[in-house]
Amino acid sequence: MSTAPIVSVRGLCKRFGTHEVLKEFDMDINPGEKLSIIGPSGSGKSTFLRILMTLEKPNAGTIEIEGKGLWHMERGGKTVPADKKHLRAMRTQVGMVFQHFNLFPHMTALQNVAMAPKQVLGLTRDEANERGQDLLERVGLGDKLDAHPNQLSGGQKQRVGIARALAMQPKVMLFDEVTSALDPELVGEVLGVLRELAHETDMTMLLVTHEMRFAQEISDRVAFMDHGQVLELDTPANIFTNPTLARTREFLNAVLES
Amino acid sequence: MSALLDLIPSLLGGLWVTVQLTLGGALLACILAWLGGLGKRSGFWPVRWVAIAYIEVFRGTSALVQLFWFFYGLPLFGIHLAPMWAGILVLGLNIGAYGAEIVRGGIQSIDKGQSEACTALNLTPFQQFRFVLLPQALVRILPPAGNLLIELLKTTALVSLITLSDLTFKGMILRAETLRTAEIFALLLLIYFGLAQLLAFLVRRIELRLKRGWHMEGTS
Repeated sequence: MSTAPIVSVRGLCKRFGTHEVLKEFDMDINPGEKLSIIGPSGSGKSTFLRILMTLEKPNAGTIEIEGKGLWHMERGGKTVPADKKHLRAMRTQVGMVFQHFNLFPHMTALQNVAMAPKQVLGLTRDEANERGQDLLERVGLGDKLDAHPNQLSGGQKQRVGIARALAMQPKVMLFDEVTSALDPELVGEVLGVLRELAHETDMTMLLVTHEMRFAQEISDRVAFMDHGQVLELDTPANIFTNPTLARTREFLNAVLES
Repeated sequence: MSALLDLIPSLLGGLWVTVQLTLGGALLACILAWLGGLGKRSGFWPVRWVAIAYIEVFRGTSALVQLFWFFYGLPLFGIHLAPMWAGILVLGLNIGAYGAEIVRGGIQSIDKGQSEACTALNLTPFQQFRFVLLPQALVRILPPAGNLLIELLKTTALVSLITLSDLTFKGMILRAETLRTAEIFALLLLIYFGLAQLLAFLVRRIELRLKRGWHMEGTS
């Protein structure tokens, strides 16, 4: 890989109280890469995504997106913690889809998707609605524009969640266990949308997932995390069929057998 | 029945005072409830501290004593308030303090995922409040606020003790003049009950209007 990474993480540490969730965590993610993060619960996968989305503040370490600091910035030749304005500017690069959808219950599907483009990106109402409609059609919900979230199934809600995040056109999209809260029969429709995104966009996608087969199928690389560190980062073929570490093998055996 | 009806004209003047106090007090209480409720959530400690002090003082002391203070106490410091203003002020401050807790609770009860989604969509704190928190908080706040409004209506009866001729005061005068105690008290009950029903109806209408087409999980 000769291109500069789009996301570069060095020495990232995060503690909750005395519990160390991320320990000296390093990672480089290439532009357009589809990278899945797997690992046991509590290994720090979601926390890493939440720090990238600026929902959690790291205790130490640096993250750079396209060479610019996420949680730090330059001021007068010195590196200082990011202020609100800097965080707002950096956030335009990143988007997130949540495990529990976090849709706005008082808005229709279309309003959920079109609100931020209108308010934050300054699109006109027509432009925002058009973008919203296009995206909802793309995720197969063209007939649900006026439905409120509680009139939708879990799978449909999550597809609105994906459309909502896409509407902001981030370069890096974070998917935080987006099928974990779904009934088993609804997982497929969401994975279908993700698969299409993975194949047809050059958006960088970072997926925390427990869907091993899916991760194997769509990822360029897969990271295995345990106890706050990346233990192994390799192609899906190597991770799933020929992992280097016993710990990786052990985890995969446990999850793939069930 | 006609015996009851002929008493009504003499009570009407008092009814108007009661309505004025209720509306004026409600308006002030509404403003203070939002200021107090949001103030208590402020990240800036002096604001939070003022909000907490206001809420605790006006919830923790009786409305009657507050009324006496504003009407009989403040003149000792050179501040003279007309009885109507003293009444509206005390009702607004007192009910507003309870309202502040309702507002705070209403906003606090909204799932944290909502504000995380707002951050992910890069909304400013104001946009987050205006488009996401406020509409959801309102439907949670309205039912308890409706109760409080009825509470306010009933509390207006206290102002007869600071020389205001409200409905209760007029009733007492009329009783002294006519000695028709049972009828007058029955009539007062009916009028207050009617007003309370009217308020409850109006609040319910606003609530339905806000929730039109919107079926929220956990409420509805």
